[in-house]
Amino acid sequence: MKPQLPDGIVAIVKRECATCVMVDPLFAHIAASGASLTVYTQDDPTFPASVAALHDADLSVSWHYDIETVPTLMRIENGVEVDRTFGWSKDAWQKFTGIADLGADLPVMRPGCGSLSVDPNLEDELRVRFTSSTLHSRHVELASAEDEFESMFIRGWTDGLPVIPPTPERVLRMLTGTIRNPQEVVAIAPPNLVQLTVEKIAINAVMAGALPEYLPWIITALEAVCNDEFNMHGVLATTMPVGPVIICNGPGTQAIGMNSGVNVFGQGNRANLTIGRAVQLTIRNVGGGKPGEVDRATHGNPGKLSFCFAEDEAGSPFGTLAEERGIAPQQNAVTVFAGEGPRCVVDQAARTPEQLTNSFAACLRATHHPKSVLSFDAILVVSPDHSRVFAEAGWGRERLLSELHARLQIPGAELVRGALDMAEGLPAKFADRTVPKFKARGILLAHAGGGAGLFSSVIGGWANGAMGSTPVTRPVLS
Amino acid sequence: MSASILLDPTNESRPAQREQLARPASVKGLTVGLLDIVKARGDIYLNRLEELFVAEGAKVLRFRKPTFTKPAPPDLRHEISIQCNVVIEALAD
Repeated sequence: MKPQLPDGIVAIVKRECATCVMVDPLFAHIAASGASLTVYTQDDPTFPASVAALHDADLSVSWHYDIETVPTLMRIENGVEVDRTFGWSKDAWQKFTGIADLGADLPVMRPGCGSLSVDPNLEDELRVRFTSSTLHSRHVELASAEDEFESMFIRGWTDGLPVIPPTPERVLRMLTGTIRNPQEVVAIAPPNLVQLTVEKIAINAVMAGALPEYLPWIITALEAVCNDEFNMHGVLATTMPVGPVIICNGPGTQAIGMNSGVNVFGQGNRANLTIGRAVQLTIRNVGGGKPGEVDRATHGNPGKLSFCFAEDEAGSPFGTLAEERGIAPQQNAVTVFAGEGPRCVVDQAARTPEQLTNSFAACLRATHHPKSVLSFDAILVVSPDHSRVFAEAGWGRERLLSELHARLQIPGAELVRGALDMAEGLPAKFADRTVPKFKARGILLAHAGGGAGLFSSVIGGWANGAMGSTPVTRPVLS
Repeated sequence: MSASILLDPTNESRPAQREQLARPASVKGLTVGLLDIVKARGDIYLNRLEELFVAEGAKVLRFRKPTFTKPAPPDLRHEISIQCNVVIEALAD
């Protein structure tokens, strides 16, 4: 609980700080002026020498009043802080105290020192001391001989890889990544329809290995998958090999160090991998969606551990996926898509946009089955080497998509059951019609990948629309 | 290794345990609900089941989920529970 401070001037100091030592005699001067002065010392209870001080031994005053620098002077009126100055500034201290000659012989200005309450070595401990009551999750106490990593495997909390132990210190540190209340319910998590709190997300984000600055992205991705539109329940339960593919946009992707370049779908980038992993761990642990239980995938895919990447916006001739989906420029956003693993499109010979579009269309045609139409969406991730071909020809997103759709109008004769000697297919009545491979907005276009390589990538989707899953885009809020 | 405290990452709930109803000795006179989850050819399977149940003297009611990818809506589950003595859900493919 926040301690109540006495009215008058309150000073926070520590002996370890040279500026505090320098201003020590001034406290006697302030007290002698008749002002009501209370001094709290953070380290040495005998400091300052010029007046008696209270020892802020547990740093409760310093923590609750957000003291970042010592010395700090606060003015308290009727129990409320109304003014503050920190460090030494002759002018500021004289005005603050109303003593015209205060510290007349001292230098004009001297910066203060870091408060003990923001010492990186103490901060986690203090956060637990003063804010752990905001956490509601059950404490699981491990025995001293218990291996914490093995115990988490045994409890079924992991995705098959080791996880970081979610101690109160780590979870509270994770929660500094958001301004949301830990008990805020951000979504109803399938399959067990559980109220999903910020706290539970933070716990799973710690386990995934995420940093606090990733937390808003993780929360947003979970909001985006936990709704009827995306249908995370169905994505989990299906026998098809799909999971949430998370595409991140906005300047924040660079601020948190996401990868949109070399090996963009692969290993090696903490933000990409742990954001996606935290989403899946949360669905597993809070929602209760586990393989072999509600998750009935025949094969699954390695991306169900984590499949998250940033778009290469600076190099894209197509604008951004988020903007295409209604998000304002420069707004951080997350798009979720129920997708399988990426498959490579190789074309090292095309030098015109038409040739390259032909290759893309032929590969997109094979998504899930060459005779499957309209049931599945896909993401086409164009690499910088391939996008250059379109940029040089002046093709943007709209042109490329319309040219792709034009090439993906399939004669029904190729699609009906038995055609091409394949039983799979449409009823015979479609034989004389032309059927599009994709719905009008069924191809999502993204730009990512390393700067060298004439390859692009197709990520096939799952049952689309109201019958299955619709991609969802949400702005990332702090 | 030292003792440590971890925060529970799960929803901290336990599924309710429910007793299974006893299997009826006969379906004669019972109302049997057949829930089509609308996967391909599920109807073929259910049509055949309906014939067999009717031949055994049961009354058959047919129900359909809006899509196989989502859980049956609560209203549909409620309808089945008040109209039927037993229910069969056709799976898939």
